[in-house]
Amino acid sequence: MSQSTTAVREPLLRIAKREGTTLPQKILVRAVAILLALVVDALFIFFVTGLNPLAVYGVMWGGTFANMTRFSWMLRDLSILLCVGIALAPAFKMRFWNCGGEGQILIGGLIAALVMVYQGNNLPAPALFAAMAIGSMAAGALWGFVPAWFKSRWGTNETLFTLMMNYVATSIVACMTNIMRGQASSLGTLNKATKAGWFPVIMGQRYTINIIVVIVLTFAMYAYLKFSKQGYEISVVGESENTARYAGINVRRVTVRTMLISGAICGLCGFLIVAGKDQTIATTSAGGRGFTAIIVAWLAKFNTFYMALISFLLVFLERGASEIASAYSLNEYAADIITGVILFFILGSEFFINYRLILRGAHKEGK
Amino acid sequence: MAQTEYAVRLQHVTKTFGPVVANKDVSLGVRRGEILALLGENGSGKTTLMNMIAGIYYPDEGEIYVGDKVVTIRSPRDALDLGIGMIHQHFKLVDVFTAAENIALSMGSGKYDLKKVQDKARAICEKYQFALDLNQKVYEMSVSQKQTLEIVKVLYRGADILILDEPTAVLTPQETERLFTVIRNMKADGKAVIIITHKLHEVLSISDRVAILRKGEYVGDITTKDADESTLTAMMVGEKVELNIDRPEPVNPVKRLDIQHLTVRSPEGITVLDDASFDVYGGEILGIAGISGNGQKELLEAIAGLQPTQRGASVEYYAPDAAPVQLIGKSPKAIREAGIHLSFVPEDRLGMGLVGSMGMTDNMMLKSYGKGHSPIVDRKAPHDLAETIKKELNVVTPDLNTPVSRLSGGNVQKVLVGRELAADPIVLMTAYAVRGLDINTSYTIYHLLNEQKKKGVAVIYVGEDLDVLLELCDRIVVLCGGKVNGILDGRKTTKEEVGNRMTNLVKEAKA
Repeated sequence: MSQSTTAVREPLLRIAKREGTTLPQKILVRAVAILLALVVDALFIFFVTGLNPLAVYGVMWGGTFANMTRFSWMLRDLSILLCVGIALAPAFKMRFWNCGGEGQILIGGLIAALVMVYQGNNLPAPALFAAMAIGSMAAGALWGFVPAWFKSRWGTNETLFTLMMNYVATSIVACMTNIMRGQASSLGTLNKATKAGWFPVIMGQRYTINIIVVIVLTFAMYAYLKFSKQGYEISVVGESENTARYAGINVRRVTVRTMLISGAICGLCGFLIVAGKDQTIATTSAGGRGFTAIIVAWLAKFNTFYMALISFLLVFLERGASEIASAYSLNEYAADIITGVILFFILGSEFFINYRLILRGAHKEGK
Repeated sequence: MAQTEYAVRLQHVTKTFGPVVANKDVSLGVRRGEILALLGENGSGKTTLMNMIAGIYYPDEGEIYVGDKVVTIRSPRDALDLGIGMIHQHFKLVDVFTAAENIALSMGSGKYDLKKVQDKARAICEKYQFALDLNQKVYEMSVSQKQTLEIVKVLYRGADILILDEPTAVLTPQETERLFTVIRNMKADGKAVIIITHKLHEVLSISDRVAILRKGEYVGDITTKDADESTLTAMMVGEKVELNIDRPEPVNPVKRLDIQHLTVRSPEGITVLDDASFDVYGGEILGIAGISGNGQKELLEAIAGLQPTQRGASVEYYAPDAAPVQLIGKSPKAIREAGIHLSFVPEDRLGMGLVGSMGMTDNMMLKSYGKGHSPIVDRKAPHDLAETIKKELNVVTPDLNTPVSRLSGGNVQKVLVGRELAADPIVLMTAYAVRGLDINTSYTIYHLLNEQKKKGVAVIYVGEDLDVLLELCDRIVVLCGGKVNGILDGRKTTKEEVGNRMTNLVKEAKA
């Protein structure tokens, strides 16, 4: 045998599971992570861009906290991202990889925009909003239903199916904007004159209703997943389809029902974007949130309140990055690196909360 | 004793996982030309200990010697370089490759010369009398053939210390005998073999020496020829355990299930259960014997509404003071809603009977969560039930909300059986209810089944240990090739009779 040639030593680092981490420990680990991230970022800022790190951090902080307007913009972006996360949570909890949030938002937003343009002058405001909401939810639900139904019937792969549905939705939106262009130049703000289908301004902002709706959804989805019978069924199906069948759960029905809900909330999000934020629809209206929200949902382990925290973090970093980029006329990539490092350290700290590293020789005293 | 006499030796090895001490200060070794059986109850740390030799885990404390050198093994590759090969319960093979290609694959570096690999592998097969077709693809192989391939693979890599983790768990008696033959051949060739097993009669027939672990600690070793089942059991459990299983006389048996012409085909179109017909009575334990994969799983699942059956099948359920109800064609939910008290402890506990990521409370309501019209789940009753079961069956869990997948095998089964019994069954079906459980827990289960029997429940017990079947069951249905190959009286029949019917179809199929 070859043991003489391979000098095997104890590994330099070993990973061991950590049990019973206390709350102060968790907070400490995260605080250290943020501190380290800021140090690494400071080095990057100082040596690569030649700027004063503290000043840059100040600007970044200001992206969200400079004044009430900035803060409310952050809330506006947060509410939309969180809304998508809430929509995806039941699907992912069921281990149904709904990568079609993007398309479900777009198609919902498109229906809202169409209702707004073609019925804006006919319907009274409450009826108009109701029609927009119901239409967009139905459209989003349809976009969720198709892949769910195919999967439950023929076992198609939902990841590919939902992704492909995104392209269909994007193309339909592109097509419709071309058709509608005659009514509103380059489909800028819709119903500019009448403001029909625009959410009313409350507390100085048009998106206040968005925020209220998402707060309600946060509580509702939390309760749905945690306390309802349907939420329980979702957990069981997500864990094991065999167990679900054994328990007498109709897996097909739960799959389809859950995706109807997931798609409908995505569609509703499209409506919120059109009525409360953009007042228009474009192929870029979803802005990748259908994908970012997957991270939000997973990281929070489908707890909607944690999802709010993670959405805040992501939006804070995003706003900070664009603030840095414009304030110092930096390349956007440089700003992204700065926020990326922070995100990396925060996510990395989760590892140290769950595991600990043991250095070589840590247990070899007296040898 | 001289240290060099051991091929591999552990000295004061300790391994912990979080708060769980899997191995505590264990010292043992195996000599060349020796077969060492490693015996212990479930969760006694046998596999963990062996995984440290095989490079899967790294010990927290203690040393491993190969020959008389202290070695550090941080990966299976290191282990193989030291001549240590472990055959795990789950095989690590590439399905679409042939046997020879799988062997070549495990070599890693060096020139890919399939011809050379085949020649050398063939020589190994001939030397130890392995029955292995080197050109067969893995997906066409039986479990036993795959296991053979795994053994040849590590021998090819030059292993002279072999560790087999419960190798017979997946084998038929004949295959087991064949495996033992090659193990003896390897021993004759001077290899050191460690075999992990639960089955005492196998320990006695194959090993030279038995080392016993109890709760992660090394109890001691004994030369096999000085041991018998009761001494080993005593060492294993730490106290003398009554080997006799109680079997009360059935009182006033009433027909509960009338099964007629039950045929099940697999999705591939193979007939797995072939025209099975028999009755099940309340107040008795009906054993189902058979080599695994002979239709036992399909039989129970068909009754429970989880398997589509072929035309002509009928399972009539006789509730006390009610007209018979046809179960075939009903979903599990429909069966429940028809007020039928059918409890089922399936073979796959965490993959079918329970939800691993949920705690005891949430698992209690798996079948009952839908009760009532409220859209909100009621967790009060399940919580109380979990509390009761935890207390009555001594379930060891830190908390009722601890995911049941984190509990030991025996506690998982207690949770599952506890829930099924709490549903007040009239018919209780159990599949391999004691598989993988330690002796104490097994007896707890036998006792619970007998309690049900005394209450007049019709108990179906699918088992694999013939001794248990013969001691526990009133009648035994023997399945062979999916057919009912005789219904025997548990008090009169012999082990040979049952074993014979398990392997050979008898002409007059109905006894």
